[in-house]
Amino acid sequence: MSSEKQKILTTDGIPLEVSLKKAEKKNKIKAFLLVCPLLLFLIITYVFPIGDMLYRSVDDRMVTNMLPKTYKAMEQWDGKDLPEEEVFEAFYLDYKKLVEEKTFGKLATQLNFEKNGFKSILKKLKRKMKKFEEGNYKEQIMEVHKRWANVEYWRALKRRAPSYTYAKYLKGIDMYENEDGNIVQVPEDRRIHKILWLRTLEVALFVTIFCFLMAYPIAHLLATLPMKYSNLLMICVLLPFWTSLLVRTASWMILLQQQGIVNDFFVMIGLVSDDNRPEMMYNKTGTYVAMTQILLPFMVLPLYSVMKTISPSLMRAGKSLGGTPFVAFWKVYFPLTIPGIGAGCLLVFILAIGYYITPALVGGASGTLISNQIAFHMKSTLDWSFASAMGLMLLAGVLAIYWVYNKLVGVDNIKLG
Amino acid sequence: MALPKYTEPHYRIWHYFYLFICGCVFFFLIAPLFVIFPLSFNAEEFLVFSEGMKRLDPDAFSLRWYKDMIYGTKNPWGLAAKNSFIIALFATLGSVILGTVAALGLSSRHMPYKGIIMAALISPMIVPLIISGVAIFFFMAKVGLAATHTGIVLAHIILGTPFVVITVTATLSGFDHSVTRAASSLGSDPVNTFMKITLPLILPGVISGGLFAFVTSFDEVVVVLFLAGLDNTTIPIQMWTGLREQLSPTILAVATCLIVLSTLILVTAELLRRRSERIRGINR
Repeated sequence: MSSEKQKILTTDGIPLEVSLKKAEKKNKIKAFLLVCPLLLFLIITYVFPIGDMLYRSVDDRMVTNMLPKTYKAMEQWDGKDLPEEEVFEAFYLDYKKLVEEKTFGKLATQLNFEKNGFKSILKKLKRKMKKFEEGNYKEQIMEVHKRWANVEYWRALKRRAPSYTYAKYLKGIDMYENEDGNIVQVPEDRRIHKILWLRTLEVALFVTIFCFLMAYPIAHLLATLPMKYSNLLMICVLLPFWTSLLVRTASWMILLQQQGIVNDFFVMIGLVSDDNRPEMMYNKTGTYVAMTQILLPFMVLPLYSVMKTISPSLMRAGKSLGGTPFVAFWKVYFPLTIPGIGAGCLLVFILAIGYYITPALVGGASGTLISNQIAFHMKSTLDWSFASAMGLMLLAGVLAIYWVYNKLVGVDNIKLG
Repeated sequence: MALPKYTEPHYRIWHYFYLFICGCVFFFLIAPLFVIFPLSFNAEEFLVFSEGMKRLDPDAFSLRWYKDMIYGTKNPWGLAAKNSFIIALFATLGSVILGTVAALGLSSRHMPYKGIIMAALISPMIVPLIISGVAIFFFMAKVGLAATHTGIVLAHIILGTPFVVITVTATLSGFDHSVTRAASSLGSDPVNTFMKITLPLILPGVISGGLFAFVTSFDEVVVVLFLAGLDNTTIPIQMWTGLREQLSPTILAVATCLIVLSTLILVTAELLRRRSERIRGINR
């Protein structure tokens, strides 16, 4: 009886609690519906395609479907010595069909990714195959080129048998699965990707450090100067921020070239001799200098917005309690700016690790990063599944940092301008 | 920042040293942009200051490269500029509409899973462009929109919406929701309330988000590199090709125009930011 008494009813006679919950639910749905269009749009055009990349990076059905008979015959083969006649025959039949359908080029490209030199022997086989006589295909194929008698090539062919493979990921970290099924590193002189990963990390790390060292003093100055001066100086930060990335890269290309202004200046002050101007572009120096300048605003803005909220009286209090200005700064001011430092550093690091344009233009061969390698495989070698695999490895790293960023700073605290 | 009279000498030195460092950093930030101006008026074909320019000889300067940019034979800049503006305009429109509506939902206190959804909506800004480029290229190729304006516009909407979502949510964070309640209690329907009450109040945020989206699209090169065919070349693509092949002074003329454009955008964005703060009653 008593519990019923406490229940407050609305004018319709429905308990208030129920009515409120209903209204709450309605509001929830309303809010969600507003977000829905963008969310759906992004899921269809962005999230699914990234999922598609994941699928592409492991999908290897193309070769499997192109050589069905060969792989059936190969099931019996142990991979130690050259395969038997039936494998050769099956391969001949499969390949003949591909040549008739004119799709053998795709197979040649794919197999060449697996082992260099496949393309030429497949082409040669295509030419000689017209004169093949029935029976004893093993002999005839081995006659075409001596590489067909090399068991390595048949092993490479067998490695492409499964429909799904993680080989591209292994390749991305300079490893491969050898004949015995063990995962081993590629020979030392061919470990190119490891160098690229390390270089990307190194560049991102140093650019972040340089940006921090340069941004901290000017953010502090901007935050402590009176408004009328700081607004003016803020333009120096915001104008590069709003200017086209390519324009800024172009200006660095002009400055850093061998007959450029920076070199002129070095010659003028006698740092280097005129006929011995250092190469500052098309190497890592160029990448460092240009990337630091381009990403600097992304460090200044978060630092500034945090420093703006620190009351100057805190420093005065620190000094009046007997600290020297340095002690007051280190013990009072600096700890208060740590959220800004975290936000700025993570943002710059995330942006630097995936940088493409600037390294491609001023980096040369020794200054290119992992992004450039991805673009190279997308555009030149057309090994899209490898590009996808590399992209996803990079993405995993970036998302891990993004997660940390979200935990520490919160994405809703990102400020622009 | 004037130092008090009683400052000890070594702190005084330190202070001037600090100002000197700041000066150097500001110089580092802004100076590279200003090399482009004079060199774009170079009468010669080289990208270095000629002897004449150093003497400020009027003959060493000319508008030759600007003429080349506009009237040059086989010049790609006209088509590129047209494409860039069309693509950026539609991409901005799309980003602003989708982003603003989503931001309205996100700033509602009833929004479920706010954190995760916000993180997802912002992700195109965080994910490296090269990865977005590859993913979007696969998608557009699949649906047959590669090498079309529509495909590039859609791609740029993806990249532009995070900026709109961020700026509009920031504007809405100081928004007094009682005004919309007042409007509804006076008999206005939700659409009318939005158009007459909410939109005018958040307009500065919407426009500055739109500016970000515009600049993102106008300056975007990585994704377009994958998507563009010969007919949809844009200004950044032309600059990219030019910078890779031969660095001609015409590029500097274009770059100068782009710097002027970005200055205009910066001024607009700054004015809007201040207006928005005034409307929302934030006085710093």
